[in-house]
Amino acid sequence: MIRYAYIIPLLPLASFFINLAVGKRLPRKGDWLSLATILAGLGMSIGIFLEVFQAYDPNFKYHVVAPWLTVGDRFVLNVGILVDNITAIMLLVVTGVSTLVHLFSIGYMHGDPRYSRFFAYLSIFSFSMLGLVLAESFFFIYVFWELVGLSSYLLIGFWFEKKSAADACKKAFIANRVGDFGFLIGTLIIFATCGGVLGYDQVFQAIGEGKLSGTLLTIAGIGIFCGAIGKSAQFPLHVWLPDAMEGPTPVSALIHAATMVAAGVYLVGRVYPIFTPDAFLFIAYIGFITLFIAATIALTQNDIKKVLAYSTISQLGFMIMGLGVGGFTAGLAHLTTHAAFKACLFLGSGSIIHAVHSQDLREMGALRKKMPITFITFLIATLAIAGVPGFSGFFSKDMILAAALEFGMKNPQHYILFFGALFTAGMTAFYMFRLVIMAFFGKAKDHHKYDHAHESPPNMWVPLVVLAILSFSFWFKSPFVEKGWFQTLITKPPTVANLAKAAAAPASMEHAAVMAADASHGSAPVESRPGQAASHGTPAPAGASHDAAPAMHGESHDAAPVLHGESHDEAAHDAHIAHTAHIYAMYSSVAVGTLGIFLAFVVYSFGWIDPARVANSVKPLYTFLLNKWYFDELYDKTVIGGSVSFAKSLAWFDLHVVDGLVNLVAQLGVFLSFLVGKFDNYVVDGAVNGLASATIGGGSVLRRLQTGKLYHYVFVLAGGALVIFLIKAF
Amino acid sequence: MTLDKLLVVAAALFCCGLYTVMTRRNAVAVLMGVELILNAANINFVAFSFFLSRVMGGQIFAVFVIVLAAAEAAVALAIFLRMFATTGTVEVDAADEMKG
Repeated sequence: MIRYAYIIPLLPLASFFINLAVGKRLPRKGDWLSLATILAGLGMSIGIFLEVFQAYDPNFKYHVVAPWLTVGDRFVLNVGILVDNITAIMLLVVTGVSTLVHLFSIGYMHGDPRYSRFFAYLSIFSFSMLGLVLAESFFFIYVFWELVGLSSYLLIGFWFEKKSAADACKKAFIANRVGDFGFLIGTLIIFATCGGVLGYDQVFQAIGEGKLSGTLLTIAGIGIFCGAIGKSAQFPLHVWLPDAMEGPTPVSALIHAATMVAAGVYLVGRVYPIFTPDAFLFIAYIGFITLFIAATIALTQNDIKKVLAYSTISQLGFMIMGLGVGGFTAGLAHLTTHAAFKACLFLGSGSIIHAVHSQDLREMGALRKKMPITFITFLIATLAIAGVPGFSGFFSKDMILAAALEFGMKNPQHYILFFGALFTAGMTAFYMFRLVIMAFFGKAKDHHKYDHAHESPPNMWVPLVVLAILSFSFWFKSPFVEKGWFQTLITKPPTVANLAKAAAAPASMEHAAVMAADASHGSAPVESRPGQAASHGTPAPAGASHDAAPAMHGESHDAAPVLHGESHDEAAHDAHIAHTAHIYAMYSSVAVGTLGIFLAFVVYSFGWIDPARVANSVKPLYTFLLNKWYFDELYDKTVIGGSVSFAKSLAWFDLHVVDGLVNLVAQLGVFLSFLVGKFDNYVVDGAVNGLASATIGGGSVLRRLQTGKLYHYVFVLAGGALVIFLIKAF
Repeated sequence: MTLDKLLVVAAALFCCGLYTVMTRRNAVAVLMGVELILNAANINFVAFSFFLSRVMGGQIFAVFVIVLAAAEAAVALAIFLRMFATTGTVEVDAADEMKG
């Protein structure tokens, strides 16, 4: 089955072209075609996943590659696919959510004038996303990266008659392009320094050999991470995701919850080995800022999809921060679990919007009686995102918090990452339950809308039920074992970044290179780890710096066994820290989650605290949050205003300087032409005329010789002969 | 009979011919002058050949010149006929249309 993995993306591609060309004339306008292709993809993905799962090997890898384009004798562009454990899980996530979204869309988009076009777009999106997941080189992941951007542009702007949707799709595309530019720069740095190779394995090998290291490697890593900032809506570029909610709700579920925004996280996970400690720190703080800002904004929003959008950004921040602090497994686990429960939340919100024809939470209420299935599934997904034990969100968020705490314990100056994330986890529980209470509990606020509300048809609630079932944690880890299959299969890849050059003394270089050989963080092995890597061999000036790198937590097993005796204790200490962090993180996250849920009930259900009064008492802060930290206004003033005034100054420059120059040149040309004309008239024409008149003059002289008198000619003839005779004679 | 005497005769004949060509206006007369010049040359050919050479080159040359003169006379007389038909005269001065 795994040998045919390349077919998975090709099926939706075929469906895209067929639907685009003849979709309208197909029976049912071609929705079955898209659904069938993605369903086939889901079937194959399940097959591949089972195959991978049976192997149960953390290092499982299926990698085929063929030369595609050869330039000269040095550069070969390869085409191929790479299936390892992450890919197998991502395939399952993408095809799974995509299938359910297709199913949901059949009901949700019913009667839309561009029904078949919508399914064509869903197909091209599925194609791009699956291609991105299967790509095996920086080149192809970039190609599919851009294709994903394009298809999201098409889907967000699907109702382009609405100005807001048209604006939103442009905004999404431009924000993504900004990030992609960084990605391109990062890729080009790698391409230029690693000897023209682009395959992941080749690049990792080249970096491991030290071809790219130090600050440039950090820059390349941050550049590639910029792509993730754009696509995963991280802090400076997060502004597009809330606006993208203008697209149809199934699209929000597909793109902006489960798959496309996860692409950034996937990218970071995929190129994990190349990041340097500095790059990891950057990633961690970007994720941290994002998760905090987005959660604070989500507290105040009243549009159900906006709340979900900001919660998505916040959760993506969690994933990115998790990856940044060294929790590789944690970040990817949250990506997987989040895909299920957030898709469920979005589809649930779609179901609500379909029923009440409004997105405003203030117009809903008491819907639990009208829409029981939507309510139950939505509640399960909310419990998952709030991190209640037993649900998938608890499993993954707990791992992220544990990784952050572990990072904080090793680097006390970064404790804020843990506490900020913990606080945000509480906020998450609060705003999600605020959403649930406002929508499903209490009294109906708008009776007209309430009376018309009804449960959605089966093809809309079946996906909800499936996703809700997937939001339980036993799918990922049985409560009775220490380590679930996910933690076993997804382990942190060894770093290839040559840390020694970045860190300290040259003496440590060879040890750092050895470090790349093997590492397994998270599994916390108790066996002795002799050699404990370079960091202990060369005490760095700053006491903490030798442990600062998350990448360095994965210590070497293979390092020279002679270095230090106390390294055994260090290893045990690390394992102890990891264990302690895990326990603390678990208790504290349960505590803040419960507190958040309790507060939500206190404020919005029991009415002990009036939210309006709270909002009034901190009015400036409330307004600040309601207006989303004024990011849009800020960008409007700085980036857009700056662009406009820059364009205006360029226009002035163009009008006055450039045009002036052009006019000057033109006038010079005219003057020069005048001179040339004179020269032509007098000198050239004079020469020509002079020649003609000289010829005429010469002719009129010479014509006299031609008398026409025969005896003249004979006389000259005879005279000439006489002259020659005389010359010869004397 | 010596070569000198023959050459004198030829020179006298040449001068007669040249004089005729230069002074006569009638085209036929001019042609006759040309014949005299040609025959003066013929005498020279034959005389030099007879006295200075053992082969008969000069004589053969003279025969060729005679043939040539006959052809020349035929062509020239034909031209004169056409000229007479066109201009009504055979005066050579009248045929000066190609004068510059």
